Amino acid sequence: MPIQVIEGYRQVEPARRTEGDAVVFDANGVYYQQLNDAIRAAVEAGAKRIVVENANGQRYIGAGLQAKDLTIEVRGTAGNDLAAFMDGPKVEVFGNAQDGVGNTMASGTVVVHGDAGDVLGYGMRGGRVFVRGDVGYRVGIHMKAYEGLVPIVVCGGKARDFFGEYMAGGMLVLLGMNTQFPDDPVAGGFLGTGMHGGVIYVRGAVEPWQCGKEVGVSEAEEADMAALTPVLDEYCASLGLDLAEVLSEPFTRIAPVSHRPYGKLYAYL
Amino acid sequence: MSVTRPRYAEEAPFKIHGGCGLAGICDESGATMSGEDIILAMAVQRDRGNGLGGGFAGYGIYPEFPDHFAFHMMYHDEQAREEAEVLLNEHCVVDLAEPMPTRPVKGISDAPLLWRYFLKPLPGELERLELSEEDLVVRLVMTINAAVDGAFVASSGKNMGVCKGVGFPEEIGHFYRLEEYEGHTWTGHNRFPTNTPGWWGGAHPFALLDWTIVHNGEISSYGINSRYLEQFGYKCTLGTDTEVAAYLFDLMLRRHGLPLELACKALAAPLWSEIDRMPEGERELMRSLRAVYGPAMLNGPFAIILGFNGGMVALNDRIKLRPLVAARSGSKVIVASEEAAIRAVAPEPDVVWMPKAGEPTVARVAGMPWPIHGDLHLTPAEISCAVVGVEDVCDEAVEVTA
Amino acid sequence: MPATFIQPEFRVKIDYDKCHKCGRCVQQCGWGVYDFNERPIPHDEKCRACHRCVTFCPAHCITIERNPLAYRDNDNWSASLRKAVWKQAETGGVLLTSMGNPQPYPRIFDHLLLDACQVTNPSIDPLREPMELRTYLGRKPDAVKVEPDGAGGFRLAEGGGMSRNVELATPIIFSPMSYGSVSLNVHKSLAMAAERCGILMNTGEGGLHEDLYPYQDHVIVQVASGRFGVGPDYLKRGAAIEIKIGQGAKPGIGGHLPGEKINKEVSSTRMIPQGTDAISPAPHHDIYSIEDLRQLIYALKEASGYKPVGVKIAAVHNVAAIASGIVRAGADYVYLDGFRGGTGAAPAVIRDHVGIPVEIAIAVVDQRLREEGIRNQASIVAAGSIRSSADVAKAIALGADVVAIGTAALIALGCHVCQSCHTGNCSWGITTQKPELTRRIDPEWGAERVSNLINAWSHELQEILGALGVNAIESLRGSRERLRSIGLDEQTSRILGVKPAGM
Repeated sequence: MPIQVIEGYRQVEPARRTEGDAVVFDANGVYYQQLNDAIRAAVEAGAKRIVVENANGQRYIGAGLQAKDLTIEVRGTAGNDLAAFMDGPKVEVFGNAQDGVGNTMASGTVVVHGDAGDVLGYGMRGGRVFVRGDVGYRVGIHMKAYEGLVPIVVCGGKARDFFGEYMAGGMLVLLGMNTQFPDDPVAGGFLGTGMHGGVIYVRGAVEPWQCGKEVGVSEAEEADMAALTPVLDEYCASLGLDLAEVLSEPFTRIAPVSHRPYGKLYAYL
Repeated sequence: MSVTRPRYAEEAPFKIHGGCGLAGICDESGATMSGEDIILAMAVQRDRGNGLGGGFAGYGIYPEFPDHFAFHMMYHDEQAREEAEVLLNEHCVVDLAEPMPTRPVKGISDAPLLWRYFLKPLPGELERLELSEEDLVVRLVMTINAAVDGAFVASSGKNMGVCKGVGFPEEIGHFYRLEEYEGHTWTGHNRFPTNTPGWWGGAHPFALLDWTIVHNGEISSYGINSRYLEQFGYKCTLGTDTEVAAYLFDLMLRRHGLPLELACKALAAPLWSEIDRMPEGERELMRSLRAVYGPAMLNGPFAIILGFNGGMVALNDRIKLRPLVAARSGSKVIVASEEAAIRAVAPEPDVVWMPKAGEPTVARVAGMPWPIHGDLHLTPAEISCAVVGVEDVCDEAVEVTA
Repeated sequence: MPATFIQPEFRVKIDYDKCHKCGRCVQQCGWGVYDFNERPIPHDEKCRACHRCVTFCPAHCITIERNPLAYRDNDNWSASLRKAVWKQAETGGVLLTSMGNPQPYPRIFDHLLLDACQVTNPSIDPLREPMELRTYLGRKPDAVKVEPDGAGGFRLAEGGGMSRNVELATPIIFSPMSYGSVSLNVHKSLAMAAERCGILMNTGEGGLHEDLYPYQDHVIVQVASGRFGVGPDYLKRGAAIEIKIGQGAKPGIGGHLPGEKINKEVSSTRMIPQGTDAISPAPHHDIYSIEDLRQLIYALKEASGYKPVGVKIAAVHNVAAIASGIVRAGADYVYLDGFRGGTGAAPAVIRDHVGIPVEIAIAVVDQRLREEGIRNQASIVAAGSIRSSADVAKAIALGADVVAIGTAALIALGCHVCQSCHTGNCSWGITTQKPELTRRIDPEWGAERVSNLINAWSHELQEILGALGVNAIESLRGSRERLRSIGLDEQTSRILGVKPAGM
């Protein structure tokens, strides 16, 4: 038997079965296009719960899907651009997610039971992303709120540099609890750099060097906790965590000093 | 398919832009694995390339020739082979010369003539030339690449080799029959060049001695990095920005004697604001390192894996503009552009993490020397002579002498 | 016969319907243009078009026009050449002028274009992400030497790190302008701005007035052929010491500050008697060759406790070899002053016809030092008409570490480039020692304006770096790959080490 070229993914339809109300796809070695085609077909056929088993790096799962009461469970490692441009569904990852989770997401929910990568929630317009563990660089970058759409990202572990960079609206929460990096600060540098809208809450304290020059740092007050607690309640419920423990430390509020941080930078010719 | 840089580009050195994927696997116990794992890790990242370049480096793959320099050569034609072999035989004893074992693969066409040589310096040659054997090999590599039209040295280290070409990495790996090799450390690369046709020599890894580099991203500081290297006699001929990374490691480790960890800190330097917050001794060290090696700093998005006989080091740019994930699974350290590549070869690693910007991820093979050298044997002028073939580049010394 | 054939260059027009007859123009003009007889009466021949009166006229009723007087067309015998001959026929004098070379030689900076990133490598956002301009001025070792620290890490080996360098927050410093050629208030403005911006001002050759002592960590003290105000105290106060060999506006020429400018303060700062001429010889009479320069460099190091010592030269034809010699003589930086560099007074024939452009000088010196493997041994400071942050970026891409600005800083203080510094009547209070004029510059106001300029240019440099996709100035320094030439001949492009646009 001649030796074949080793393949990462095969361009074949995923094996499909049903389990109760769920349509289950076996993503093992299946290329993302065939996998996502199969998911879209199932949604069109009326499936409300889809399970993707043996996922490993398939990109764009849930991307662009518009549906209200649809749940997609991903078992394994979700590939890049998970739930990009997604509008409505809930995607739950039992494993880690790679880079670009919730890219420009419009609405819906993403729950990641492991860690997530860089550039999570870039340009996110609405919905929620809940991550149990650590996240990478540039998380929540340029999230924005408009009228009824208010995006929320909660990260349970630690984050690297540029958390909430350019943030224009919505709520970013960082807990620093479930982390692989107990010795590191809760966030890297350039926290909220360029921030001109929305609010960041960090459990515990941050050092002045960590923060961008456009933000003010204060202790979270009663009104803050009134807005934050229901979000954390939902977060804890989604991930099976203890709300009381999350609330056992005071939170720090990080908010922009100005909606126009660069008003004085330019001189008109 | 061209072995050397495309002809139209030779007038004006330029760099090739590209995005890419990469992976590296190192068994720190020294146990070996076949090339299949690294091929699989790259195959999972197929979408990161465009089929115009793939390649691998394997370490420990020639146990039957542990003390010979293994030259992997690419030739345009027989004439190039003859000319290069004259140079190889001039200073070295070639104990085995043979075509690289390959097999036909759909998707791989126009392969150049691929040969490998196992050689040692002629007896007495090092004493006669007053060179270390590494310096002799560097001189030989530079001379062949610059002076022999249509010949290219793909790798030149001991007990290691680079197998690369134009195609997707899994095809290239199949073409070179990598499943037949056993190595303790492997790196792989998938290339997405954007403004030039692929060419065999321009695929990654790029190698000099046993140093290999695979690289994702673009080095926006290429212009000054290459001019800095020229001062030390390195001539950047390949038109890829990866080349400067390889030479910079060679310069800092082999010739300046810097430890690998600090060389990484020079290439992906901490921000001044971070340096200013360091304790005094470290601050002074980093300040000097950054000020002295400013022209060597690799600026712009990159993730690279440096391979060598003692293991591998993965490194990200200073503000993390390219992806990199690392894992440990038993005695193996695995790094890749995507976690999926790691899990393809180690489904349940002990730990998976994303390294910090500018912080090297290190894998050391037990019992192998760690690269801190530091004897400078060749002067820049001597290397220049070897490269450009002039008698003495230092003739034009200062005119303003008393 | 008339006293002169030379007709006024400008016409001062006053709209008397609007004029308040307040006399402010009379009071403001340092040139004595105006008489006042119920209303201001201008004497056109004295006007320098410095716009002081225009700026301060509350009625906005003054304008200055070019004298439309026609000369018979002749491209060869321009009107200015005819006037020069008349002037010399009338006086027998060397024509004296000031500021930089105004002649229409090619301006190479205006033929260089910068690169930017698109897709394959990202541009970087300079407002949100780090964008580092910090620069170290001075000698760097060939390599950093380290040793194990005993705890698994490494530390600097003895003498293995960077020697004494001056830290600059941005790669722009002020060029030397002596107290005497400019007023004390100008010196104070520059010193205060240097401190605020984390950069350096330069005393020029006229010594360091004690009012500047609080800012001495941001001052380069200059040692020129006249050695004015030079003593051990002076040398020890500076952040660095600079030997002035030459000046771009007048290579090979000495200086002469007339006795009437040597008032009490200038006298005490220069340590020469009041009212005597301050004469700077053309050469240093202790430097007739390169080994003498080395001797002086080390004398200054010995006397100052080994401060960095730089050497300023005019960019002349053989500048690369000269700079190489300077570096080998032990200089910590080489200051290259191009042929468009400014001056407080210079013979027009020298200013307009001697030297080479700073762009060329940077390119050949940087390349020469690299070829000789000594580029790290000294920083390159480039000056001689750096007019904008674009010029700064291009100079650095060609190979300069730091640029120095003189004229641009004076323009920030009000200078209108009327090229009359040598008269000592500067209506803006800059190049004068007349107390009624010098008090027009309040140092606090001046420092803010100059700081604003440095900060604005620094922001613009950050924008340029961000577009280039690099976040530290050292990644642009010498990176000629990021420049392209347009409209330059092939030979000049090759000398600059820059490819033409499209390649």
